[in-house]
Amino acid sequence: MIVSLKGVRGSIPTTGSETSYFGGNTSCVTVQEEDWFLVLDGGSGMQKVTVPDTSIKRVDILLTHLHLDHIQGLGFFKSLFDPSMEVHIWAPASATQSLHSRLSRYLSPPLFPVLIRDLPCKLTLHDIANSSFEIGPFQIESRYIIHPGPTVGFRVNGGGAALAYIPDHEPALGPSGLFKETKWISGFELVSEADLLLHDAQFTTKEYSEKFGWGHSSMEDAIQLAFLSNVKRLLLFHHDPSHTDAQLNEIYSLLRHEKGGLLPFDLAREGMEINLG
Amino acid sequence: MAAYEIEIILNRQLADCLSIPVFITDTSGNLIFYNEPAERILGSRFEETGEMSVETWSTIFKPLDEQGVALPPEGLPLVKTLGDQHPHHRTFWIESLQGKREKISVTSYPIIGRTGTFLGAVAIFWEAKDA
Repeated sequence: MIVSLKGVRGSIPTTGSETSYFGGNTSCVTVQEEDWFLVLDGGSGMQKVTVPDTSIKRVDILLTHLHLDHIQGLGFFKSLFDPSMEVHIWAPASATQSLHSRLSRYLSPPLFPVLIRDLPCKLTLHDIANSSFEIGPFQIESRYIIHPGPTVGFRVNGGGAALAYIPDHEPALGPSGLFKETKWISGFELVSEADLLLHDAQFTTKEYSEKFGWGHSSMEDAIQLAFLSNVKRLLLFHHDPSHTDAQLNEIYSLLRHEKGGLLPFDLAREGMEINLG
Repeated sequence: MAAYEIEIILNRQLADCLSIPVFITDTSGNLIFYNEPAERILGSRFEETGEMSVETWSTIFKPLDEQGVALPPEGLPLVKTLGDQHPHHRTFWIESLQGKREKISVTSYPIIGRTGTFLGAVAIFWEAKDA
């Protein structure tokens, strides 16, 4: 399973030399196994995604939720405009609206010039919740996690490895930190024993103390969650748009010093490619 | 060990922040969480007891009516909510194992998740206004 990071920034794309090392595009990750190709979230990083082989005629897009930074690249994904392509979008419905209805609010004028029904590809939408489903060699679990609005995290099992992807998540939700009993921790089942976890780490602990309830995690909480769940490697993801490369490097040095003994972790960087074997 | 649904976890997060006693049960009535103010009513700490079966925690205090007559379980708000998945409210007396009587109001509501599934129930104990 090959995991490629196309966008690792949170909230809004950033441009400029100050964020060019870690990258400014919002959430988008591709996963390939054999001739099957997944795209996790459709943030602005999606504009860089191309299907790796012309023989691949199906793409599955898994959206954790429909906040703009996770769908703004959708309308610029070439496969949607290719009549020969079969595209499946899997994302959470709300209690009152289908995925089609919710997605149409973005993919329609005045926000976007093309309607969903006019997309030339063979498009299928799948409403998901706490779901288990298979896509080719992938076995996928989605579970609701703590973030404003219907939001899921994903666990993708394939090729003998497990990837957990929870880019927007506030597992502590308050000043007390994570619950001691793991079955009370949001997302715990998804990440447990994963080979690689991509997890929200938008804030430092100090920043988080001023932003309870915003739906994002402190870096320390992300590390603690990964440690408690025996994750083998953690990539801190969804960087705050105000964090420059220099600031992220400084924060990372401190984290390595304080938490480096718990488990291997790094800051996610646009362009990274990880082969999970 | 299955994790709790997010709707249950969020109810605990809320209960943790409140100064009124809150009890959270699963769909069978087993007590899966109670907050610090509720510890005073139960006379035990959640950190010490952990979860309690319905048989255990339902005997910790005795519900009574105005005349001091024991109320049948089916007359209690939480039991009603577990049965019909609707909210209920009632004012009555409770007597602890130590024989201490207290007038309380109880509001219970079902936790119905995003998918429309019944996941558990919450009981909030209010100090009765005329207590």
